[in-house]
Amino acid sequence: MLKQISIFVENKAGRLCAVMETLAAAKIDVRAMTIADTSEFGIVRLIVNDAEKAAGALRENNFTAKITEVIAFTIPDHFGALYDVIKLLGENGVNIEYSYSLMGKNQSEADIVVKVGDAEKAGKILSGAGVKLISPNDAV
Amino acid sequence: MDYYMKEIETAPRHELEALQSFRLAQKIREVYEKVAPYRAKMDEAGIKPDDIKTVADLGKLPFTTKQDLRDNYPYGMFAVPMSEVVRIHASSGTTGKQTVVGYTAKDVDIWAECAARALVSIGGSKHDYVHVSYGYGLFTGGLGMHYGAEKLGAVTIPASAGNSLRQLEMFRDFGSSIICMTPSYAMSLIELMQENGVSKDDFDLKAGVFGAEPWTEEMRREIEKGLGLKAYDIYGLSEIMGPSVSCECTAQKGMHVCEDHFIPEVVDPDTFEPLPAGTPGELVFTCITKEALPLIRYRTRDVAALCYDKCECGRTLVRMLKPQGRTDDMLIIKGVNVFPSQIEAALLGFDNNATNYLIVVDRVNNFDTLEVQIEMRPDMFGDNVGEVEGYRAKAKTAIDSAIGVGVNVKLIEPKTLARSMGKAVRVTDNRKLKNKFEGGKQ
Repeated sequence: MLKQISIFVENKAGRLCAVMETLAAAKIDVRAMTIADTSEFGIVRLIVNDAEKAAGALRENNFTAKITEVIAFTIPDHFGALYDVIKLLGENGVNIEYSYSLMGKNQSEADIVVKVGDAEKAGKILSGAGVKLISPNDAV
Repeated sequence: MDYYMKEIETAPRHELEALQSFRLAQKIREVYEKVAPYRAKMDEAGIKPDDIKTVADLGKLPFTTKQDLRDNYPYGMFAVPMSEVVRIHASSGTTGKQTVVGYTAKDVDIWAECAARALVSIGGSKHDYVHVSYGYGLFTGGLGMHYGAEKLGAVTIPASAGNSLRQLEMFRDFGSSIICMTPSYAMSLIELMQENGVSKDDFDLKAGVFGAEPWTEEMRREIEKGLGLKAYDIYGLSEIMGPSVSCECTAQKGMHVCEDHFIPEVVDPDTFEPLPAGTPGELVFTCITKEALPLIRYRTRDVAALCYDKCECGRTLVRMLKPQGRTDDMLIIKGVNVFPSQIEAALLGFDNNATNYLIVVDRVNNFDTLEVQIEMRPDMFGDNVGEVEGYRAKAKTAIDSAIGVGVNVKLIEPKTLARSMGKAVRVTDNRKLKNKFEGGKQ
């Protein structure tokens, strides 16, 4: 399982910039980013090298930041590879709330992050089926 | 120039003042005898009914405030037994209990007469079709103008507010010539006309009285152009009577007060000393003919100035220049009275940690907007758009139902609202409601 940071930002120019400025100053390495947006606010979700340190730096700078557990896995870069994994989760009743991709280590593979209700259960299903899970150390 | 009651409306000032003095002295004797809270107030101030002989003695009397009405809710300030009361109205949303007012049959009749005067002063007659689009109900707007139009003998169309496309259809089919509504409702009808390809030439409108909320000269021009009529300002408050306490004449230079029924004063809102004519201050009214609820020196909290110069319409009745604001923090949003304390109570009732908030009022395309900005806290935030939107929706429902006006709830980042050293500033009103009478110039 990976630790993801979620940050509340108003949907206006310069706010994402302020998040990144804070992380840069704290020497945090950002590995993946996705933004869920509504007309008035957004939730920035990040995978970083040190989630606790990043969240601390953000809170000191008056951001609302929350750490959530997500699950990440590596799949080979060929047709149907993503389908196989998603199908596995679906068949086992695991709902995916959202998903995005992570910067991969290997060009012949893809790294995928998913947020599910029960990360532990999903992890067991995936590792039981031989899917390569990414640990915090792999991600950084 | 037509008048509904020429002798009164054009009476020499000294005759009018003699009438006011006579009625005032009589009314003070009556309230001292019949209204316990007034007797107590006057006794406390050491004033006897005999001390009040003329209008010049008015300043000796204690003021009445909205709090007095709340303290004596619902009928404690009434001067007649309930068997004499034929009508109840209540003020739109305030903190806690609403303000209840009552009328005897004679009060209703005088009110109708004042409204008929207002309609004549804007060029109306019994040949007109008076279309009343104020809300009917506890709000005084609808029934107040309705009775005035009937008193005048005009064809009265009790349309009430809402169902806007039907309103336009009635304008056309019923031959509406004078309309009565809030200025913001007039603006929304104009927008609807544009959306539906309806032209002002489809109607026969000639004049409209617009009140119950502040509006600008710019809105006046837009309403006149959009509906093809002359737009007039009308003023009233339920505590004193309702619409037609004062109304503009065709000169459009201030609203003539029905001074034979209500004596206006303007006082300094801090020292309560009377201010000279032309100087803006808090508007105070004394009812000298009301039977059911004759309020004495009632502080309206509206800021306005009085002008005693004879008007070009020939009326000698004093004109009050368009209210320029309030001495309290009451906001008038889309015609509804809203106190910031109501919003705070609703918000904290829903989430007692939501102490960092700001109320932002604006006017966009002539429509009032109300936004409540709430600072995000970690305990409100859970990495999930649905949760955050859910919080927003619940906060909106809580506030909407408390104040009766639609609010936009906006969640903002922590520590973005200015922190003040003393009492927090909770309201930002960006509306620019300036008008040509500002500063008491005339």
